[in-house]
Amino acid sequence: MANQQAMCTSFLGELLSATHNFSSANPAHTANTADTFKAALYVTTATINAATTAYSATNEVSGTGYTAGGITVTNATNPTSTNSSSTAGVGYWTPSANLVYSTVTLTTAFDTVLIYNSSQSNKAVSVHTFGSQTITAGTFTLTMPSNTTTTALLRLSTT
Amino acid sequence: MIITTTKGDMDDSLLEKKEGTVDDENEYTTWVEYYLNDELVHRSAHVTLKKSPFMDLFAASLG
Repeated sequence: MANQQAMCTSFLGELLSATHNFSSANPAHTANTADTFKAALYVTTATINAATTAYSATNEVSGTGYTAGGITVTNATNPTSTNSSSTAGVGYWTPSANLVYSTVTLTTAFDTVLIYNSSQSNKAVSVHTFGSQTITAGTFTLTMPSNTTTTALLRLSTT
Repeated sequence: MIITTTKGDMDDSLLEKKEGTVDDENEYTTWVEYYLNDELVHRSAHVTLKKSPFMDLFAASLG
């Protein structure tokens, strides 16, 4: 079964229980400290999707220069919310830097990155898929979208 | 320009370069490969996602 882009379903419920804290300005857990989020890559034969509840090393990529668990997501911009009307709006968040895996060799094809919360038992946040890639003594970069109501990496909307 | 390869750092003048792009509804990707005597010694890729997962929230009507 293939990887599928999705917001992890467990993440939806965990938002209501304040499990995840993306903000250093309005901290849920530790004063002035957001949780640490990480980004792990998965091979094309993995099954990472909305049903994924936490990071797992099963079917994660491996190779020279890549550390199991992936890289830490840079989070210097707190979540934002904007009203689009008197009855609707959008809350959104995007990592403040691109995800860069530098000088790696990943010979098994991969097509997915899992964003997860390493401060909260590695609970899953979202799954993002792309065309199959391999890297040889090179750099893999996932360029982050603009942090806006329509393009942010994570968007929660009412209409 | 010096390129990091499986053989160590090499000047790009010694290598054959191939480049490509993928531009579809889901992503814009660029990749570059360097070959030494037909052997792949470097490959990098840069992916820009065009779509992100989106969550709709609902407040139930009361009454």
